[in-house]
Amino acid sequence: MIKHLRSAADLDAATATLILDTAGEMAALAGREVKKLPTLRGRTVVNLFYEDSTRTRISFEAAAKRLSADVINFSAKGSSVSKGESLKDTALTLQAMGADAVVIRHSASGAPHRLASWVDGSVINAGDGTHEHPTQALLDAYTMRSRLGRLAGLKVAIVGDVLHSRVARSNVLLLTTLGASVTLVGPPTLIPNDVAAALSPATELTGSASLRGDRLIPGEMAGGFPPPANPAGVEKPTAISPAAIAVSYDLDSVLPDMDVVMMLRVQTERMQDSYFPSAREYSRRYGLDLARMRKLPEHAIVMHPGPMNRGMEIAPEVADSSRSTIVEQVANGVSARMAVLYLLLGGKA
Amino acid sequence: MTTYRLKGVSVLGAAPTDLFITDGLISDKSASAEVIDAAGLVALPGLVDLHTHLREPGREDAETVETGSRAAALGGYTAVCAMANTSPVADSAGVVEQVWRLGREAGMVDVQPIGAVTVGLAGKQLAELGAMATSAANVRIFSDDGFCVADPRLMRRALEYVKAFDGIIAQHAEEPRLTEGAQMHEGEVSTRLGLTGWPAVAEEAIIARDVLLAEHVGSRLHVCHVSTAGSVEVLRQAKARGVRVTAEVTPHHLLLTDELAASYDPVYKVNPPLRTAGDVAALRQALVDGVIDVVATDHAPHAVEDKECEWAYARPGMLGLETAFSIVLSVLGEQWELIADRMSRTPARIAGLDGHGTDLAVGSPANLTLVDPSARRVVDPAELASRSRNTPYSGTTLPGRIVATFLRGEPTVLDGKAVK
Repeated sequence: MIKHLRSAADLDAATATLILDTAGEMAALAGREVKKLPTLRGRTVVNLFYEDSTRTRISFEAAAKRLSADVINFSAKGSSVSKGESLKDTALTLQAMGADAVVIRHSASGAPHRLASWVDGSVINAGDGTHEHPTQALLDAYTMRSRLGRLAGLKVAIVGDVLHSRVARSNVLLLTTLGASVTLVGPPTLIPNDVAAALSPATELTGSASLRGDRLIPGEMAGGFPPPANPAGVEKPTAISPAAIAVSYDLDSVLPDMDVVMMLRVQTERMQDSYFPSAREYSRRYGLDLARMRKLPEHAIVMHPGPMNRGMEIAPEVADSSRSTIVEQVANGVSARMAVLYLLLGGKA
Repeated sequence: MTTYRLKGVSVLGAAPTDLFITDGLISDKSASAEVIDAAGLVALPGLVDLHTHLREPGREDAETVETGSRAAALGGYTAVCAMANTSPVADSAGVVEQVWRLGREAGMVDVQPIGAVTVGLAGKQLAELGAMATSAANVRIFSDDGFCVADPRLMRRALEYVKAFDGIIAQHAEEPRLTEGAQMHEGEVSTRLGLTGWPAVAEEAIIARDVLLAEHVGSRLHVCHVSTAGSVEVLRQAKARGVRVTAEVTPHHLLLTDELAASYDPVYKVNPPLRTAGDVAALRQALVDGVIDVVATDHAPHAVEDKECEWAYARPGMLGLETAFSIVLSVLGEQWELIADRMSRTPARIAGLDGHGTDLAVGSPANLTLVDPSARRVVDPAELASRSRNTPYSGTTLPGRIVATFLRGEPTVLDGKAVK
């Protein structure tokens, strides 16, 4: 089993499938009167939240408690963090307290990678900056699989602020790993030009770049320049065709072909930075209203990671419709996070 | 003064000979000289760095003029140009004279202060450039490095104004509106990592504007740390038109790429950011072609706490003085004339540093360095003379070693160790 879950790219298809299967077993537990397993008794899980996120924090807290772990909630407010303690010093403190796992939510992309270099326990990324939110992708994939019976071959549209969305990044990585194809939809200002290449598993970057041991000696460079040092390693496996990731600026043309449409939260501050002119225009072009929802195939589902801007990216009637999985996603979040904690800390598989 | 005989030294790769140093000058002969066995060593004119951050005054926890001077000497340098973004900013005669005096006291390299272009690097109002030029520090290069002189009108005025004392504006080319919050090169890797991109066009647009301004007013422009293939093309065209522009590239932009950011280790965070392999290739070719005139280190020491943190919170910059020669050797190979030109002669000429970057001919000031091209060393941050540890080459085996450095005939480095 992997030790950390910093990125959805940490998961290969077998591991991801194991987590989803395990989440299914955990979900069955939720129907019982006693919703608790003794698996992680005596283990300590720290929720280290540098950003307010009540829903993600309580989801992880519920997951850890149902596995009988001791849970310590460490939020940036009212702790030494607000006095300016560095992430490293906080990490060393948690290390000294014997944290077996640290669940971290942080506004800086890559904070979980840094944390993992300073603590012995497992690090679970609960959302880092504009980078990733891998457990969200797991719960989303779990939700899709429960509703539609499979992931391989599914067509998923992810709509909105892809540029700033950690949910989008993790979902693209995980879904393509599991054989779904993803179409990213939004205004061109919010869809990076190179997103398909960047998030394709074929351009995987390792998280442990180091020049250590690299030898830069001219003897090896006779006959020209040495290659630039790219020790981050860019092997180019070709398991997934690039066609697995597509980009569209036209939501209406995409919808009739989709099995899943996932609406991303659009933050209104993006307007001030001219990513789009107004909430009204955004909503007209990229919001999912009833008329657009009718363009979806009969079986298609509508997802949203929450919290929603009702009336902006999603109309209330759509959010509350039978196609919407939004409440289900919350319930599945606990199961998926239980599965992650169970597998990372239980040492099974 | 001691007289030295560098026995069996190869001057710029030529056949071994003996080089004598008497009274601070290269001489042809001496009876009672201290002999230094220089067999297998190559003599180069002392290296000159156009772009060094010595951090004093203000951040003496990261570097001081003394520790930076020692690092420079160990790197084969005999002169460094100290950037103005200290605290207080080197935007007045008082501060540049302080830095100049500290350099003299340290006595290991000639520390030539660079003056700020604008008061407090704020980009609003010209600093007293003339006062700095006529001060004891004799400032000729002016730069707001760390910030771009973004206001085109102010940049034009600065370029014009310094003509009165043969000054030069060294521009940190970064369109600030295009790089708000930028963390790394904008491209596939930044998209993947969720780090705000620093687009190449933000550099290229400013260089394009500035070469046109320099052409319009007939002034000298120097472009700091060129990092993109597109910038190289802009410079190539400007030079072909006869614009008086010079440009520098850092050792790290000649070697490292943006993929290193995948570790999120801020030791690889630098401004301008590491770019792509295609940019690296274009920069190397431009250095060989002379479109890029010099290698400058952008030596940027940072305290541990400013690097052992989240990527977004870390300060940009990496050490360079003690590894620059090795990186250039690995990139260019043993092309000694080219190395001497790009690391000594041309930077000395741009900075107007008399006595530096001169050929090792009889009667010239004995500012020189002896290098062992066959040596290998593994970079250990703990062994660096800099007060900071933020080298991106930790654990890397680098070619070449600086064996000795002489400043006006006196050794600052012998046997690879600082004399003081």
